[in-house]
Amino acid sequence: MSKFTFPESIRSRPVYGMLEPRAGSAHLFIADAEGAEAIIEMATPAIMAKGHIIYIAKGTDYEAQLRALNPASFYAGPSYGAAEQRIHKTLADAKMGLQVYLTGTEGLIGQAQNAAMQAGVPHTAIQTEHRGSTARRMQCVHCKGITEDVETDPFICGHCGLNLFVRDHYSRRLAAYQGVCIDAEDPGNVPAPKGIYE
Amino acid sequence: MNIQFNDETFRDDYSFYNSDRAIKRFPFPFHEDSYMYSVNMEQHRGGPVDSVYEKRFDVDEHYVAEMKDRAMVLADDPLRCQSLPHMTLAGWDLLELIMVSKSEDYPDLFELHRDGNNWRWVNKPLGIDDSFTFLDETTLPYGPMEYITRQAQGDFCVLDQRDDNLWMDAGMVTTQADWSLDFDIGMNFFEWHAPVPLAHEKGIFVRALKFLLNIQQGAPARRLNWTMTVNPLLDTSPENYHKWGIQKTTLTPENIGAKQHLRVELQTFFRLPRSNALVFPIRCYLCSFQDLMTAPKWGRRLHRVIRDLPEELATYKGFIDNRPMMLDYLSQFDDGLPTSPGIWPDLETEPALQK
Repeated sequence: MSKFTFPESIRSRPVYGMLEPRAGSAHLFIADAEGAEAIIEMATPAIMAKGHIIYIAKGTDYEAQLRALNPASFYAGPSYGAAEQRIHKTLADAKMGLQVYLTGTEGLIGQAQNAAMQAGVPHTAIQTEHRGSTARRMQCVHCKGITEDVETDPFICGHCGLNLFVRDHYSRRLAAYQGVCIDAEDPGNVPAPKGIYE
Repeated sequence: MNIQFNDETFRDDYSFYNSDRAIKRFPFPFHEDSYMYSVNMEQHRGGPVDSVYEKRFDVDEHYVAEMKDRAMVLADDPLRCQSLPHMTLAGWDLLELIMVSKSEDYPDLFELHRDGNNWRWVNKPLGIDDSFTFLDETTLPYGPMEYITRQAQGDFCVLDQRDDNLWMDAGMVTTQADWSLDFDIGMNFFEWHAPVPLAHEKGIFVRALKFLLNIQQGAPARRLNWTMTVNPLLDTSPENYHKWGIQKTTLTPENIGAKQHLRVELQTFFRLPRSNALVFPIRCYLCSFQDLMTAPKWGRRLHRVIRDLPEELATYKGFIDNRPMMLDYLSQFDDGLPTSPGIWPDLETEPALQK
Protein backbone atom coordinates (compact mmCIF):
# COMPACT_ATOMS: atom_id res chain seq x y z
CA MET A 1 0.00 0.00 0.00
CA SER A 2 1.72 3.16 -1.15
CA LYS A 3 -0.81 5.70 0.13
CA PHE A 4 -0.48 7.50 3.46
CA THR A 5 -2.98 9.82 5.13
CA PHE A 6 -1.05 12.72 6.59
CA PRO A 7 -2.31 14.11 9.89
CA GLU A 8 -3.79 17.63 9.98
CA SER A 9 -1.06 20.20 10.18
CA ILE A 10 -0.13 23.86 9.87
CA ARG A 11 -0.83 26.08 6.88
CA SER A 12 2.63 26.00 5.32
CA ARG A 13 2.64 22.21 5.10
CA PRO A 14 1.94 20.97 1.57
CA VAL A 15 -1.33 19.18 0.87
CA TYR A 16 -1.40 16.58 -1.88
CA GLY A 17 -4.27 15.45 -4.03
CA MET A 18 -4.85 12.64 -6.54
CA LEU A 19 -3.67 12.88 -10.10
CA GLU A 20 -6.46 13.16 -12.62
CA PRO A 21 -6.35 13.55 -16.40
CA ARG A 22 -6.84 17.12 -17.62
CA ALA A 23 -7.04 18.51 -21.12
CA GLY A 24 -3.61 19.63 -22.28
CA SER A 25 -1.31 20.00 -25.26
CA ALA A 26 1.22 17.72 -23.54
CA HIS A 27 1.50 15.90 -20.23
CA LEU A 28 4.70 15.87 -18.19
CA PHE A 29 4.97 13.30 -15.40
CA ILE A 30 7.82 13.55 -12.92
CA ALA A 31 7.82 10.74 -10.39
CA ASP A 32 9.91 8.62 -8.09
CA ALA A 33 9.54 5.17 -6.54
CA GLU A 34 5.88 4.29 -5.77
CA GLY A 35 4.75 7.40 -7.63
CA ALA A 36 4.76 5.02 -10.59
CA GLU A 37 1.55 3.51 -9.20
CA ALA A 38 -0.28 6.83 -9.36
CA ILE A 39 0.71 7.24 -13.02
CA ILE A 40 -0.31 3.70 -13.89
CA GLU A 41 -3.71 4.18 -12.22
CA MET A 42 -4.60 7.39 -14.05
CA ALA A 43 -2.94 6.82 -17.43
CA THR A 44 -5.04 6.56 -20.59
CA PRO A 45 -3.78 5.87 -24.11
CA ALA A 46 -4.82 9.39 -25.17
CA ILE A 47 -2.87 11.02 -22.34
CA MET A 48 0.19 8.85 -22.92
CA ALA A 49 0.23 9.62 -26.64
CA LYS A 50 1.23 13.14 -25.54
CA GLY A 51 2.84 11.97 -22.27
CA HIS A 52 6.43 12.39 -21.15
CA ILE A 53 7.66 10.53 -18.08
CA ILE A 54 10.73 11.39 -16.05
CA TYR A 55 11.17 8.68 -13.45
CA ILE A 56 13.56 7.94 -10.60
CA ALA A 57 13.16 4.34 -9.43
CA LYS A 58 14.90 4.64 -6.04
CA GLY A 59 15.31 0.87 -5.91
CA THR A 60 11.75 -0.01 -6.93
CA ASP A 61 10.72 -2.14 -9.89
CA TYR A 62 8.06 -0.25 -11.83
CA GLU A 63 10.05 0.76 -14.91
CA ALA A 64 8.72 -1.96 -17.22
CA GLN A 65 5.11 -1.14 -16.28
CA LEU A 66 5.67 2.54 -17.00
CA ARG A 67 7.28 1.82 -20.36
CA ALA A 68 4.30 -0.40 -21.18
CA LEU A 69 2.06 2.67 -20.99
CA ASN A 70 3.75 3.74 -24.27
CA PRO A 71 4.45 7.37 -23.37
CA ALA A 72 5.73 9.67 -26.12
CA SER A 73 9.02 9.78 -24.19
CA PHE A 74 10.39 7.97 -21.18
CA TYR A 75 13.49 8.64 -19.11
CA ALA A 76 14.66 6.73 -16.05
CA GLY A 77 17.35 8.39 -13.98
CA PRO A 78 19.32 7.18 -10.98
CA SER A 79 18.57 10.19 -8.75
CA TYR A 80 16.78 13.53 -8.77
CA GLY A 81 20.12 15.30 -8.98
CA ALA A 82 21.00 13.32 -12.10
CA ALA A 83 17.64 14.13 -13.70
CA GLU A 84 17.58 17.78 -12.69
CA GLN A 85 19.10 19.36 -15.81
CA ARG A 86 16.79 17.31 -18.01
CA ILE A 87 13.80 18.49 -15.96
CA HIS A 88 14.82 22.14 -16.35
CA LYS A 89 15.34 21.71 -20.11
CA THR A 90 11.99 19.97 -20.52
CA LEU A 91 10.19 22.75 -18.64
CA ALA A 92 12.07 25.50 -20.47
CA ASP A 93 11.08 23.97 -23.82
CA ALA A 94 7.44 23.50 -22.76
CA LYS A 95 4.62 25.09 -24.74
CA MET A 96 1.35 26.60 -23.57
CA GLY A 97 -1.10 23.98 -22.41
CA LEU A 98 1.42 21.66 -20.76
CA GLN A 99 -0.03 19.74 -17.81
CA VAL A 100 2.41 18.92 -15.01
CA TYR A 101 1.87 15.86 -12.79
CA LEU A 102 4.21 15.16 -9.86
CA THR A 103 4.02 12.03 -7.75
CA GLY A 104 6.09 10.04 -5.29
CA THR A 105 7.99 11.24 -2.25
CA GLU A 106 7.66 14.73 -0.82
CA GLY A 107 11.27 15.50 -1.73
CA LEU A 108 10.65 14.67 -5.40
CA ILE A 109 7.35 16.56 -5.53
CA GLY A 110 8.83 19.63 -3.82
CA GLN A 111 11.90 19.88 -5.99
CA ALA A 112 10.05 19.25 -9.25
CA GLN A 113 7.37 21.76 -8.24
CA ASN A 114 10.10 24.28 -7.58
CA ALA A 115 11.58 23.65 -11.03
CA ALA A 116 8.17 24.08 -12.65
CA MET A 117 7.55 27.32 -10.71
CA GLN A 118 10.90 28.66 -11.87
CA ALA A 119 9.80 27.92 -15.42
CA GLY A 120 6.68 30.00 -14.87
CA VAL A 121 4.06 27.38 -14.01
CA PRO A 122 1.97 28.63 -11.06
CA HIS A 123 2.19 26.16 -8.20
CA THR A 124 -1.59 26.05 -7.99
CA ALA A 125 -1.73 24.68 -11.56
CA ILE A 126 0.49 21.71 -10.79
CA GLN A 127 -1.08 18.38 -9.79
CA THR A 128 0.61 16.42 -7.04
CA GLU A 129 -0.01 13.05 -5.41
CA HIS A 130 2.06 11.63 -2.60
CA ARG A 131 3.01 7.95 -2.79
CA GLY A 132 5.47 5.79 -0.95
CA SER A 133 7.97 6.89 1.66
CA THR A 134 6.99 9.69 4.03
CA ALA A 135 10.63 10.68 4.51
CA ARG A 136 11.24 14.43 4.35
CA ARG A 137 13.71 16.75 2.70
CA MET A 138 14.97 18.92 5.57
CA GLN A 139 16.90 22.16 5.69
CA CYS A 140 19.02 22.87 8.73
CA VAL A 141 18.09 26.44 9.69
CA HIS A 142 21.56 26.90 11.20
CA CYS A 143 24.00 25.79 8.47
CA LYS A 144 21.40 25.82 5.61
CA GLY A 145 22.45 22.34 4.48
CA ILE A 146 19.77 20.06 3.04
CA THR A 147 19.45 16.48 4.29
CA GLU A 148 17.43 14.20 2.00
CA ASP A 149 15.04 11.44 3.04
CA VAL A 150 14.87 12.14 6.77
CA GLU A 151 12.72 9.47 8.42
CA THR A 152 13.20 10.17 12.12
CA ASP A 153 12.71 13.01 14.54
CA PRO A 154 15.13 14.17 15.81
CA PHE A 155 17.87 13.59 13.25
CA ILE A 156 21.47 14.65 12.83
CA CYS A 157 22.18 17.31 10.22
CA GLY A 158 24.20 15.69 7.43
CA HIS A 159 26.28 18.86 7.13
CA CYS A 160 26.97 20.50 10.51
CA GLY A 161 26.14 17.59 12.82
CA LEU A 162 23.66 19.44 15.06
CA ASN A 163 20.75 17.47 16.53
CA LEU A 164 17.66 18.82 14.77
CA PHE A 165 13.98 18.40 15.40
CA VAL A 166 11.64 18.07 12.44
CA ARG A 167 9.19 20.93 12.03
CA ASP A 168 6.09 20.95 9.84
CA HIS A 169 7.04 24.45 8.60
CA TYR A 170 7.74 24.07 4.88
CA SER A 171 9.28 26.30 2.22
CA ARG A 172 8.22 25.79 -1.40
CA ARG A 173 11.19 27.87 -2.53
CA LEU A 174 13.63 25.53 -0.77
CA ALA A 175 11.42 22.44 -1.27
CA ALA A 176 12.26 21.55 2.32
CA TYR A 177 10.98 21.38 5.85
CA GLN A 178 12.80 23.23 8.60
CA GLY A 179 15.09 21.52 11.08
CA VAL A 180 15.95 23.35 14.31
CA CYS A 181 18.47 22.47 17.02
CA ILE A 182 16.68 20.40 19.67
CA ASP A 183 19.18 20.65 22.51
CA ALA A 184 20.23 24.31 22.32
CA GLU A 185 18.90 25.01 25.82
CA ASP A 186 20.11 21.72 27.29
CA PRO A 187 23.12 20.49 25.29
CA GLY A 188 23.26 16.73 24.98
CA ASN A 189 19.66 16.16 26.06
CA VAL A 190 18.44 14.57 22.82
CA PRO A 191 15.44 12.23 22.90
CA ALA A 192 15.74 8.88 21.14
CA PRO A 193 14.79 9.26 17.47
CA LYS A 194 11.43 7.90 16.40
CA GLY A 195 9.56 7.82 13.12
CA ILE A 196 8.21 11.23 12.12
CA TYR A 197 4.58 10.06 12.23
CA GLU A 198 4.91 7.66 15.18
CA MET B 1 14.82 67.36 20.31
CA ASN B 2 18.39 66.45 21.02
CA ILE B 3 19.12 62.71 21.04
CA GLN B 4 22.27 61.43 22.74
CA PHE B 5 23.16 58.17 21.00
CA ASN B 6 24.22 55.43 23.39
CA ASP B 7 27.58 53.71 23.04
CA GLU B 8 26.35 50.19 23.74
CA THR B 9 26.26 46.60 22.52
CA PHE B 10 23.54 44.00 21.97
CA ARG B 11 25.89 41.00 22.26
CA ASP B 12 28.91 39.74 24.21
CA ASP B 13 29.12 42.20 27.15
CA TYR B 14 25.56 43.47 26.58
CA SER B 15 26.23 47.05 27.56
CA PHE B 16 22.80 48.09 26.20
CA TYR B 17 20.86 50.33 28.55
CA ASN B 18 17.73 52.50 28.54
CA SER B 19 17.86 56.08 29.79
CA ASP B 20 15.05 57.37 32.01
CA ARG B 21 13.55 58.95 28.93
CA ALA B 22 13.68 55.65 27.03
CA ILE B 23 11.99 53.81 29.90
CA LYS B 24 9.16 56.37 30.10
CA ARG B 25 8.51 56.09 26.36
CA PHE B 26 8.83 52.30 26.22
CA PRO B 27 5.89 50.85 24.25
CA PHE B 28 4.42 48.67 26.99
CA PRO B 29 2.21 46.30 25.00
CA PHE B 30 -0.60 45.47 27.43
CA HIS B 31 -3.58 47.80 27.53
CA GLU B 32 -5.30 45.70 30.22
CA ASP B 33 -4.34 43.10 32.84
CA SER B 34 -4.61 40.12 30.48
CA TYR B 35 -3.48 39.23 26.99
CA MET B 36 -4.87 37.27 24.08
CA TYR B 37 -4.29 37.62 20.35
CA SER B 38 -6.39 40.20 18.61
CA VAL B 39 -6.29 42.23 15.42
CA ASN B 40 -5.18 45.21 17.48
CA MET B 41 -4.69 47.60 14.58
CA GLU B 42 -4.97 51.36 14.73
CA GLN B 43 -4.06 54.19 12.41
CA HIS B 44 -0.40 55.20 12.54
CA ARG B 45 -0.97 58.95 12.55
CA GLY B 46 1.27 60.25 15.29
CA GLY B 47 0.66 60.00 19.01
CA PRO B 48 1.58 61.68 22.29
CA VAL B 49 4.61 64.00 22.14
CA ASP B 50 7.89 62.06 22.47
CA SER B 51 6.10 58.68 22.39
CA VAL B 52 7.29 56.00 19.96
CA TYR B 53 4.08 56.66 18.03
CA GLU B 54 4.84 60.32 17.33
CA LYS B 55 6.97 59.96 14.18
CA ARG B 56 6.52 57.74 11.17
CA PHE B 57 9.89 56.04 11.88
CA ASP B 58 10.95 56.50 15.48
CA VAL B 59 14.65 57.32 15.95
CA ASP B 60 15.90 56.89 19.51
CA GLU B 61 19.08 56.70 21.60
CA HIS B 62 19.83 53.17 20.34
CA TYR B 63 19.95 54.15 16.65
CA VAL B 64 23.69 54.19 16.02
CA ALA B 65 24.39 51.07 18.11
CA GLU B 66 21.57 49.15 16.43
CA MET B 67 22.92 49.98 12.99
CA LYS B 68 26.38 48.74 14.02
CA ASP B 69 24.83 45.51 15.27
CA ARG B 70 22.94 45.09 11.98
CA ALA B 71 26.14 45.51 9.98
CA MET B 72 27.77 42.78 12.09
CA VAL B 73 24.84 40.40 11.56
CA LEU B 74 24.94 41.00 7.79
CA ALA B 75 28.69 40.46 7.62
CA ASP B 76 28.20 37.07 9.31
CA ASP B 77 25.09 36.10 7.31
CA PRO B 78 24.19 38.03 4.15
CA LEU B 79 21.03 35.90 3.74
CA ARG B 80 19.34 38.10 6.37
CA CYS B 81 18.72 40.63 3.61
CA GLN B 82 17.05 39.29 0.48
CA SER B 83 14.86 40.64 -2.27
CA LEU B 84 13.27 38.54 -4.99
CA PRO B 85 13.88 39.99 -8.45
CA HIS B 86 10.43 41.57 -8.90
CA MET B 87 10.78 43.58 -5.66
CA THR B 88 13.38 46.15 -6.66
CA LEU B 89 10.82 48.85 -7.40
CA ALA B 90 9.29 48.33 -3.96
CA GLY B 91 12.79 48.81 -2.56
CA TRP B 92 12.94 52.23 -4.18
CA ASP B 93 9.51 53.04 -2.80
CA LEU B 94 10.75 52.14 0.66
CA LEU B 95 13.91 54.18 0.28
CA GLU B 96 11.83 57.19 -0.68
CA LEU B 97 9.37 56.70 2.18
CA ILE B 98 12.11 56.49 4.81
CA MET B 99 14.21 59.34 3.42
CA VAL B 100 11.25 61.67 3.08
CA SER B 101 9.84 60.77 6.50
CA LYS B 102 13.09 61.04 8.40
CA SER B 103 14.20 64.27 6.76
CA GLU B 104 10.80 65.84 7.54
CA ASP B 105 10.47 64.40 11.05
CA TYR B 106 14.10 64.84 12.16
CA PRO B 107 15.48 67.75 10.10
CA ASP B 108 18.42 68.19 12.48
CA LEU B 109 19.55 64.59 11.85
CA PHE B 110 18.64 63.84 8.23
CA GLU B 111 18.52 65.86 5.01
CA LEU B 112 17.12 64.93 1.61
CA HIS B 113 17.82 67.22 -1.35
CA ARG B 114 16.01 66.36 -4.58
CA ASP B 115 16.47 67.78 -8.05
CA GLY B 116 14.45 65.53 -10.34
CA ASN B 117 16.02 62.11 -9.96
CA ASN B 118 19.29 63.53 -8.66
CA TRP B 119 19.11 63.00 -4.92
CA ARG B 120 21.48 63.79 -2.07
CA TRP B 121 20.96 62.06 1.28
CA VAL B 122 22.65 63.24 4.45
CA ASN B 123 22.53 61.02 7.55
CA LYS B 124 24.38 62.91 10.27
CA PRO B 125 24.30 60.30 13.07
CA LEU B 126 25.91 57.69 10.79
CA GLY B 127 28.17 60.17 8.94
CA ILE B 128 26.70 59.45 5.49
CA ASP B 129 26.47 62.00 2.67
CA ASP B 130 25.62 60.24 -0.62
CA SER B 131 24.47 61.57 -3.95
CA PHE B 132 22.73 59.14 -6.27
CA THR B 133 20.19 58.82 -9.06
CA PHE B 134 16.76 57.74 -7.88
CA LEU B 135 15.69 54.45 -9.56
CA ASP B 136 19.25 53.76 -10.79
CA GLU B 137 20.68 50.90 -8.73
CA THR B 138 24.18 51.38 -10.08
CA THR B 139 24.49 54.67 -8.19
CA LEU B 140 24.12 53.13 -4.70
CA PRO B 141 26.52 50.81 -2.86
CA TYR B 142 23.68 48.32 -2.16
CA GLY B 143 20.24 47.65 -3.58
CA PRO B 144 17.77 50.36 -2.52
CA MET B 145 16.08 48.31 0.22
CA GLU B 146 19.37 47.19 1.74
CA TYR B 147 20.88 50.67 1.46
CA ILE B 148 18.13 52.40 3.40
CA THR B 149 17.43 49.63 5.91
CA ARG B 150 21.08 49.60 6.94
CA GLN B 151 20.17 53.10 8.16
CA ALA B 152 16.80 52.43 9.78
CA GLN B 153 16.07 50.70 13.09
CA GLY B 154 13.87 47.62 13.05
CA ASP B 155 13.34 44.79 10.62
CA PHE B 156 11.59 45.43 7.32
CA CYS B 157 9.40 42.98 5.43
CA VAL B 158 8.36 44.10 1.99
CA LEU B 159 5.20 42.30 0.95
CA ASP B 160 4.00 41.91 -2.62
CA GLN B 161 0.23 41.99 -3.04
CA ARG B 162 -1.36 39.63 -5.58
CA ASP B 163 -4.07 36.94 -5.69
CA ASP B 164 -5.79 38.59 -2.69
CA ASN B 165 -2.82 37.69 -0.53
CA LEU B 166 0.44 39.18 0.72
CA TRP B 167 3.76 37.55 -0.16
CA MET B 168 6.95 37.87 1.85
CA ASP B 169 9.11 38.62 -1.17
CA ALA B 170 11.80 40.91 0.28
CA GLY B 171 13.15 41.84 3.67
CA MET B 172 15.90 43.00 5.99
CA VAL B 173 15.63 40.85 9.09
CA THR B 174 18.33 40.99 11.76
CA THR B 175 16.37 41.70 14.97
CA GLN B 176 13.70 39.06 14.69
CA ALA B 177 11.77 37.11 17.27
CA ASP B 178 12.96 33.71 16.09
CA TRP B 179 11.82 33.48 12.48
CA SER B 180 13.92 33.07 9.35
CA LEU B 181 13.55 35.35 6.34
CA ASP B 182 15.72 32.97 4.32
CA PHE B 183 13.24 30.17 5.02
CA ASP B 184 10.04 32.19 4.78
CA ILE B 185 10.83 34.36 1.74
CA GLY B 186 8.31 33.71 -1.01
CA MET B 187 5.59 32.52 1.38
CA ASN B 188 2.11 33.99 1.58
CA PHE B 189 0.55 35.54 4.70
CA PHE B 190 -0.94 32.29 6.01
CA GLU B 191 2.15 30.23 5.28
CA TRP B 192 4.68 32.42 7.07
CA HIS B 193 2.34 32.65 10.09
CA ALA B 194 1.72 28.88 10.02
CA PRO B 195 3.73 28.06 13.17
CA VAL B 196 1.79 30.55 15.34
CA PRO B 197 -0.54 28.63 17.70
CA LEU B 198 -4.21 29.46 18.44
CA ALA B 199 -4.44 32.52 16.20
CA HIS B 200 -5.48 30.65 13.03
CA GLU B 201 -8.35 28.97 14.87
CA LYS B 202 -9.51 32.34 16.20
CA GLY B 203 -9.69 33.71 12.66
CA ILE B 204 -7.07 36.33 13.51
CA PHE B 205 -5.09 35.97 10.31
CA VAL B 206 -8.10 36.02 7.98
CA ARG B 207 -9.26 39.31 9.52
CA ALA B 208 -5.76 40.77 9.70
CA LEU B 209 -5.15 39.98 6.03
CA LYS B 210 -8.40 41.65 4.98
CA PHE B 211 -7.38 44.75 6.89
CA LEU B 212 -3.86 44.82 5.44
CA LEU B 213 -4.95 44.27 1.83
CA ASN B 214 -6.99 47.46 2.11
CA ILE B 215 -4.34 49.76 3.55
CA GLN B 216 -4.16 52.85 1.37
CA GLN B 217 -1.33 55.20 0.51
CA GLY B 218 -0.89 57.86 3.17
CA ALA B 219 -2.94 55.94 5.74
CA PRO B 220 -0.49 53.65 7.56
CA ALA B 221 -1.52 51.39 10.44
CA ARG B 222 0.24 50.01 13.50
CA ARG B 223 0.04 47.43 16.27
CA LEU B 224 2.21 46.13 19.09
CA ASN B 225 3.42 42.57 19.53
CA TRP B 226 5.69 41.17 22.24
CA THR B 227 7.83 38.32 23.48
CA MET B 228 10.55 37.72 26.08
CA THR B 229 14.33 37.78 25.62
CA VAL B 230 17.06 36.92 28.11
CA ASN B 231 19.83 39.53 27.75
CA PRO B 232 19.31 42.49 25.41
CA LEU B 233 20.03 40.39 22.33
CA LEU B 234 18.65 41.84 19.10
CA ASP B 235 19.59 38.90 16.90
CA THR B 236 17.33 36.19 18.32
CA SER B 237 17.29 34.42 14.98
CA PRO B 238 16.63 30.73 14.41
CA GLU B 239 19.88 30.72 12.43
CA ASN B 240 21.82 31.41 15.64
CA TYR B 241 19.45 29.74 18.10
CA HIS B 242 21.98 26.97 18.78
CA LYS B 243 24.26 29.74 20.10
CA TRP B 244 21.84 31.96 22.05
CA GLY B 245 19.28 29.40 23.27
CA ILE B 246 21.55 28.44 26.17
CA GLN B 247 21.35 32.00 27.52
CA LYS B 248 17.77 31.32 28.59
CA THR B 249 19.17 28.96 31.24
CA THR B 250 21.36 31.64 32.85
CA LEU B 251 18.52 33.36 34.73
CA THR B 252 18.70 33.30 38.54
CA PRO B 253 16.47 34.98 41.14
CA GLU B 254 19.32 37.44 41.68
CA ASN B 255 19.92 38.46 38.04
CA ILE B 256 16.43 38.15 36.54
CA GLY B 257 15.56 41.81 37.04
CA ALA B 258 18.53 42.92 34.98
CA LYS B 259 18.75 40.06 32.47
CA GLN B 260 15.13 39.35 31.58
CA HIS B 261 13.85 41.76 28.95
CA LEU B 262 10.38 42.38 27.65
CA ARG B 263 10.76 42.55 23.89
CA VAL B 264 8.15 44.67 22.13
CA GLU B 265 7.63 45.03 18.42
CA LEU B 266 6.08 48.18 17.07
CA GLN B 267 4.70 46.90 13.78
CA THR B 268 3.67 49.45 11.20
CA PHE B 269 2.20 49.02 7.74
CA PHE B 270 2.62 51.45 4.84
CA ARG B 271 1.31 51.13 1.26
CA LEU B 272 4.05 51.88 -1.26
CA PRO B 273 3.07 54.08 -4.20
CA ARG B 274 4.72 52.67 -7.37
CA SER B 275 4.83 48.95 -6.59
CA ASN B 276 1.58 48.74 -4.59
CA ALA B 277 3.63 46.61 -2.18
CA LEU B 278 3.11 46.86 1.57
CA VAL B 279 6.06 47.55 3.80
CA PHE B 280 5.90 46.06 7.24
CA PRO B 281 8.54 47.53 9.56
CA ILE B 282 8.96 45.56 12.79
CA ARG B 283 10.72 47.78 15.28
CA CYS B 284 12.13 46.05 18.35
CA TYR B 285 12.24 47.75 21.76
CA LEU B 286 13.86 46.04 24.73
CA CYS B 287 13.37 46.87 28.42
CA SER B 288 14.67 44.98 31.46
CA PHE B 289 12.20 43.83 34.08
CA GLN B 290 13.84 46.04 36.70
CA ASP B 291 13.46 49.13 34.52
CA LEU B 292 9.82 48.27 33.79
CA MET B 293 9.14 47.97 37.52
CA THR B 294 9.89 51.70 37.93
CA ALA B 295 6.34 52.27 36.65
CA PRO B 296 4.04 50.84 39.35
CA LYS B 297 1.23 50.26 36.87
CA TRP B 298 3.48 48.21 34.60
CA GLY B 299 4.70 46.13 37.56
CA ARG B 300 1.17 45.23 38.62
CA ARG B 301 0.03 44.50 35.10
CA LEU B 302 3.02 42.52 33.82
CA HIS B 303 2.67 40.13 36.75
CA ARG B 304 -1.00 39.52 36.00
CA VAL B 305 -0.49 39.07 32.25
CA ILE B 306 2.39 36.60 32.59
CA ARG B 307 0.60 34.69 35.37
CA ASP B 308 -2.59 34.23 33.34
CA LEU B 309 -1.11 33.67 29.88
CA PRO B 310 -2.26 30.39 28.25
CA GLU B 311 0.42 27.73 28.31
CA GLU B 312 0.55 27.46 24.49
CA LEU B 313 1.51 31.11 24.23
CA ALA B 314 4.17 30.93 26.93
CA THR B 315 5.61 27.92 25.09
CA TYR B 316 5.45 29.55 21.67
CA LYS B 317 7.06 32.70 23.01
CA GLY B 318 9.81 30.54 24.47
CA PHE B 319 9.62 31.32 28.20
CA ILE B 320 7.53 28.47 29.63
CA ASP B 321 10.51 27.09 31.58
CA ASN B 322 11.36 30.48 33.07
CA ARG B 323 7.80 31.52 33.87
CA PRO B 324 7.85 30.38 37.53
CA MET B 325 10.99 32.42 38.21
CA MET B 326 9.51 35.41 36.38
CA LEU B 327 6.38 35.20 38.52
CA ASP B 328 8.39 34.99 41.76
CA TYR B 329 10.11 38.20 40.73
CA LEU B 330 7.10 40.03 39.33
CA SER B 331 4.76 39.18 42.22
CA GLN B 332 6.84 41.48 44.45
CA PHE B 333 5.53 44.36 42.35
CA ASP B 334 1.85 43.43 42.39
CA ASP B 335 -0.08 44.69 45.41
CA GLY B 336 -3.47 43.81 43.96
CA LEU B 337 -4.54 47.40 43.29
CA PRO B 338 -6.52 48.08 40.12
CA THR B 339 -4.72 49.53 37.09
CA SER B 340 -5.76 52.33 34.76
CA PRO B 341 -6.78 51.36 31.21
CA GLY B 342 -4.36 51.83 28.32
CA ILE B 343 -0.65 51.21 27.79
CA TRP B 344 0.80 54.46 29.16
CA PRO B 345 2.62 54.35 32.54
CA ASP B 346 0.46 57.14 34.07
CA LEU B 347 3.26 57.91 36.51
CA GLU B 348 1.50 61.02 37.84
CA THR B 349 -1.80 59.35 38.66
CA GLU B 350 -1.15 55.68 39.46
CA PRO B 351 -0.44 54.95 43.14
CA ALA B 352 3.00 53.86 44.30
CA LEU B 353 3.51 50.21 45.19
CA GLN B 354 1.68 49.49 48.47
CA LYS B 355 4.02 46.81 49.81
